[in-house]
Amino acid sequence: MSGQTSHGGASHGSVKSYIIGFLLCVVLTLIPFGMVMSGEFSNLTNILTIVATAIVQIYVQLFFFLHLDTSSEQRWNLVAFLFSLVVIIVVVGGSIWIMRELNYFMM
Amino acid sequence: MHTDTHALDSQALDHETLEDVEHEHHHLTEMKVFGFWIYLMTDCVLFACLFATFAVLVPNTAGGPAGKGLFALDFVLTETFLLLFSSITYGFVILAMHKLKIKQVAFWLIVTALFGIGFVAMELWEFNHLIHQGYGPERSGFLSAFFGLVGTHGLHVSFGLVWIFVMLIHIAKTGLTETNQMRLMCLSLFWHFLDVVWICVFSVVYLFGAVI
Repeated sequence: MSGQTSHGGASHGSVKSYIIGFLLCVVLTLIPFGMVMSGEFSNLTNILTIVATAIVQIYVQLFFFLHLDTSSEQRWNLVAFLFSLVVIIVVVGGSIWIMRELNYFMM
Repeated sequence: MHTDTHALDSQALDHETLEDVEHEHHHLTEMKVFGFWIYLMTDCVLFACLFATFAVLVPNTAGGPAGKGLFALDFVLTETFLLLFSSITYGFVILAMHKLKIKQVAFWLIVTALFGIGFVAMELWEFNHLIHQGYGPERSGFLSAFFGLVGTHGLHVSFGLVWIFVMLIHIAKTGLTETNQMRLMCLSLFWHFLDVVWICVFSVVYLFGAVI
């Protein structure tokens, strides 16, 4: 079995792909921490950077470490992931929205 | 002559069924890893609920401390790097597993476990430190949500550690069998998944906490 074929619903990756993923994660971790710890940026810049680097890093880890991609062996893994993403957005977004409105109307 | 062909036929048939069995076995492994993936997705929903609770309760400090100034970011950065290092060392476990190098698998599993233990130890120290300052989970809604969310993640990492040690015993006893390889694949998903959840934790809890 070659290093790139599917096994148990997940592809293998290689030393190179793990190292690339790791280095990307290091950079994507250091950027938000460095910005917040320096204290030299505005709140808005900080928040946007934190959100952006977190989303990119989650994608990097899903791709390089969990080997989630759009190949046919991965299709059902991806479908399940996208479904839970919808549930997560509804639960988190919905909760924050409802509780904010509640606070607003109770004032 | 007739019997010869018959023997040949049955041999071919045997070969075919053997391939079928192998294929079915492979298919079964795939199904099991997929099943584990579904479990991880439900775990995602569990964490989503805890994140939602945290987001709602963040302003409710009840006169106690808020996130700003309470958490040391360099401490959290160290924790993050411990998890990140453990992620790549687990990657090396999987690469060694596919080459069927059992000693390398065991070595990288132990390295991964050491990073994991370091992470859990730091988290326990932080919890202990907060509780001793009087900032335990009973202090405010914000701290309850904080301990609930970060504690659940830490508990997952601890279970992952137990699983790593169980796998060390498994491969020492039976070697890198098909079943053990499947277990190591599931553990790989579990371990990397916890790192993904940690990205959300340090972004939402610690970094937002320091900014807002």
